[in-house]
Amino acid sequence: MSVIAHLLAGIGRRVLAALATIGRVVLFTARAFSHMLRPPFYGRELLNALLHIGWLSLPVVGMTAIFTGAALALQIYAGGSRFDAQAVVPQIVALGIVRELGPVLVGLMIAARVTSSIAAEIATMKVTEQIDALTTLSTHPMKYLVAPRVLAALICVPLLVGLGDIIGILGGYTVAVNNLDFNGAVYIRNTVDFLEPLDVISSLVKGAVFGVIAATMGCYAGMQSGRGAQGVGRATKSSVEAASVLILAANVALTGAFFSI
Amino acid sequence: MIRFEDVHKTFGTNAVLRGLNLEVDKGTSMVIIGGSGTGKSVALKCVLGLVTPDSGRIYVDGQDTASGGDRDAFLARFGMLFQGAALFDSLPVWQNVAFRLLRGALKRPKAEAREIAVEKLRRVGLGPEVADRFPAELSGGMQKRVGLARAIAADPEVIFFDEPTTGLDPIMSGVINDLIREIVVEMGATAVTITHDMSSVRAIADNVAMLHAGKIRWTGPVAQMDASGDPYLDQFIHGRAEGPIDPVR
Ligand SMILES: Nc1ncnc2c1ncn2[C@@H]1O[C@H](COP(=O)(O)OP(=O)(O)OP(=O)(O)O)[C@@H](O)[C@H]1O
Ligand SMILES: [Mg+2]
Repeated sequence: MSVIAHLLAGIGRRVLAALATIGRVVLFTARAFSHMLRPPFYGRELLNALLHIGWLSLPVVGMTAIFTGAALALQIYAGGSRFDAQAVVPQIVALGIVRELGPVLVGLMIAARVTSSIAAEIATMKVTEQIDALTTLSTHPMKYLVAPRVLAALICVPLLVGLGDIIGILGGYTVAVNNLDFNGAVYIRNTVDFLEPLDVISSLVKGAVFGVIAATMGCYAGMQSGRGAQGVGRATKSSVEAASVLILAANVALTGAFFSI
Repeated sequence: MIRFEDVHKTFGTNAVLRGLNLEVDKGTSMVIIGGSGTGKSVALKCVLGLVTPDSGRIYVDGQDTASGGDRDAFLARFGMLFQGAALFDSLPVWQNVAFRLLRGALKRPKAEAREIAVEKLRRVGLGPEVADRFPAELSGGMQKRVGLARAIAADPEVIFFDEPTTGLDPIMSGVINDLIREIVVEMGATAVTITHDMSSVRAIADNVAMLHAGKIRWTGPVAQMDASGDPYLDQFIHGRAEGPIDPVR
C-alpha cells in the first residue's frame, strides 16, 4: 500500500513540476512577445537574427527538403505500383511534403541548428555574467536577446518552410522525371491542380508556430542555464529536446485543427 | 548614499550574507575586503538588483532599491566592472565600451561614441588599435581593463569595481589605482571597490570594510586600519595563515 502511495506521490510531484515548467515557458513566451511591441527596438539585433535563423539555414533546409521529396517519390511509386496506382506520385508527394514533411522536417532542422545555437550562446552569456552586464547597462535581456530572435524565427521559418515545400516537390519531380518516366509538364500540372490553398496556408502557419517554439525554447533554456560549462551543456541539450518534442506535438494539434472535419 | 540594512542572502543551504550593515557616503571611495567566497560580489549585485536579498533593505540616496520606480534611470547612475569582465563577445571592444552610448537614453552619434570609447580605453592604458578587436582576442588583464573602461564610459555617479587589479602587472595596477582615485577625487563619483590587493586598498580607499561570516567585521577610515586592534582584520591585512580566520572555509 505504502509503495503505491509512494509511487503516486512521485508521479504527482513530477506532474506538478512539469506543469510549473509549462507555466513558466508560456509566461516567458508572452513576455517575449510583449517586448516585441514596446520600444526600444534593437534593429541590428533583429537583422543579425534574421541572417542566422533565416539566410544561413537555407542550405540545410534545401538539402533536407530535396532528399525527402526524392525518397518520398520513390516510396510512393514502389508502394503505388503494388495496386497499379503509380500515377498518384505527384499528388501524394505534394500532399505529404506541403502538409506534413515540409514543415515538420524544417522545424526539426531549425530546432537542431537554431535552438541549440541560441541556447548555447545565451547560456554562455549567462554563465559569464554578460546577461547581468546587459542589465546594468540599462538594456533588458528579454528585449535585446530574446525578442529579436523570436521575431526573426516568426518571420523566417514560414518562409523557409514555403521554400522547403517547393524544393521538396522539386526533389520528387527530379526523381519522377529522370528515373520513373514521368512527363515533367504533367507532373507539375498534377501537383498545382491538386494542392488546395488550405494546404499551403497550413504549411506556413505550422512554420510560424514551429519557428516560435524553436527560438523560444532556445532562449528559455539559455536564460535558465545553471552555472559552469555543465550548465551550458545541459541548457543546450534540454532546449533541443524540448523544442523537437513540442514541434511534433504542435504538429499533431495543428493538423487536427486544419484537417479533421 | 548607499546603505545596507540587515541584508541576508542564502543560496540553497549556503548562507552568504547574514545581516550585512554598511554605509557608503557620497563622493567617497569604499573598499571592501574579505576572504574568498564571503559574499563581496553578491553584496554589490544586491544593490543593482541582479541578486535579490532574502531580507533586509538597501537604500540609495534614501530610496529603497526594492521599491520599484524607473529601473533604467536607476541603473543609468551606476557603472559596474564585473569580476570576470563580462564583455560581450559578439561586439568589438569599442562597442563594448560605448555600449550605453550607442543605445537608450544616452544615445549619441556613432563617431562621437567611438571617440569617447577610445579616450576611455586610453585612460585604462589601452591604445586605439585595441578598439576594433574582439574581446576573445585579448589577454585576461586587457579584458579586465576594457570592462573598466565600459564601467566608466558614461561617467556614472556610482561605480562598483569588482577586483579591478586582479591579473594585472604591478605597473598597470598602479595605473588603475590612480584612475579610480582620480574618478573619485576629480569627478566626485562614489566608488565601491572589492580587492584582495592590500597596496590597492591603501592607494584607493577612503574607508575600508571587512566582510567576514556574512557580516561587516570592521569598518573605518583607511588610516585606522592598521591600529584597529581587530585580530581578524590584522590577520587579513598581514596575510597570516595563523589567526582567528579558519584557512579552510
Ligand atoms: N548565483 C549564485 N548561485 C549560487 N551560489 C552563488 C551564486 N552567486 C554566488 N554564490 C555563492 O555565494 C558565495 C559568495 O560568492 P561571491 O562571489 O560573492 O564571493 P566573493 O566574496 O566575491 O569571493 P571572491 O573574492 O572569490 O570573488 C559563494 O559561496 C558562491 O558560491
Ligand atoms: Mg567576487
